Amino acid sequence: MLVYQALQTQDYGDAELVVRVNGIDTEFFRNDVFAMVKAGIEVVRLPKVESAQMMKDLVAVVEEAEKKFGKEVGSTKVMAAIESARGVMKALEIAESTDRMMGLALSAEDYTTDMKTHRYPDGAELDFARKMILHAARAAGVSAFDTVFTNMNDVEGFQRETEYIHQLGFDGKSLVNPRQIDWVNKVYEPTKKEIENALDVEAAIAEANAKGSGVISMNGQMVDRPVVLRAQRVIRLAKASHLIDEEGEYIEE
Amino acid sequence: MEIKQTAIAGTLESSDVQITLSQGTGIQIDLDSSVASLYGDDIKKVVTDTLASYDVTDVNVKVVDKGALDCVIKARMMAAIQRALGTVDEPNWEVL
Repeated sequence: MLVYQALQTQDYGDAELVVRVNGIDTEFFRNDVFAMVKAGIEVVRLPKVESAQMMKDLVAVVEEAEKKFGKEVGSTKVMAAIESARGVMKALEIAESTDRMMGLALSAEDYTTDMKTHRYPDGAELDFARKMILHAARAAGVSAFDTVFTNMNDVEGFQRETEYIHQLGFDGKSLVNPRQIDWVNKVYEPTKKEIENALDVEAAIAEANAKGSGVISMNGQMVDRPVVLRAQRVIRLAKASHLIDEEGEYIEE
Repeated sequence: MEIKQTAIAGTLESSDVQITLSQGTGIQIDLDSSVASLYGDDIKKVVTDTLASYDVTDVNVKVVDKGALDCVIKARMMAAIQRALGTVDEPNWEVL
């Protein structure tokens, strides 16, 4: 009720709206999903996912709700929060369970409890889960999101952890406080050097296309496919971070 | 429509509101809010509008407001009404 009303009242701009519903084994699950589909959110996040079947069960309820409220069937995506050893071991199966899957997220509080440990500052206890979830997500072609960092007073620890998961290849991080949004975006923002390099790669592609050449070269070096894909990703991120405009020109602060 | 049982929704946290519904005759609203002089009428309007959307005509409403926005008051009212009517399992989706 409260989330539904908040969704109706506030303007969230062009942000993608993801809402975590109560677990599939609770009495609230079904009505949570119905209310969120009616509210028209983009993604339903299901907690404590341990099998592909759980995602299929979720999708069945989502589809029922889409039909009931006259939404386009298939328009609501789903995200799986993985919170247990079983969930981690089944990560790929979960990631490939449905066409609606948009991403996997690690939820470390329950996971570390399941593993008979707890959170440590260096995050060593999460190494396997992080890499497993990331690989499953990449193999399935969906996004991967790291766990929350709950100590709001440890800004340095948050920074260190975010830089680490950025290096691993995560698409982002779950957050517990709006103050953390800028901190994460700062880490994910491409550097000026990365942007310039990416723009050079784009220019080289355009030049090669103009010449009708299949080989792209830049500064005398061949530019191959992964370099092009990385450059395109940097430019998309730079645009999303409002560092450059649609024409690739720098936006001055 | 009459309510079946006393029901409560919301908390006494800042920016929230706690609503208690109990059986009564007509709609009686008891408002406790530090901003009642400024927003009392607005708060009561959200309360009566939400009751009207469920056709509830006879109820005592106790509102303890801690500075809730209209959307919060509406949500807490809806939760309290559905609990009072015993329709939590099959909510009225038309009203949302």
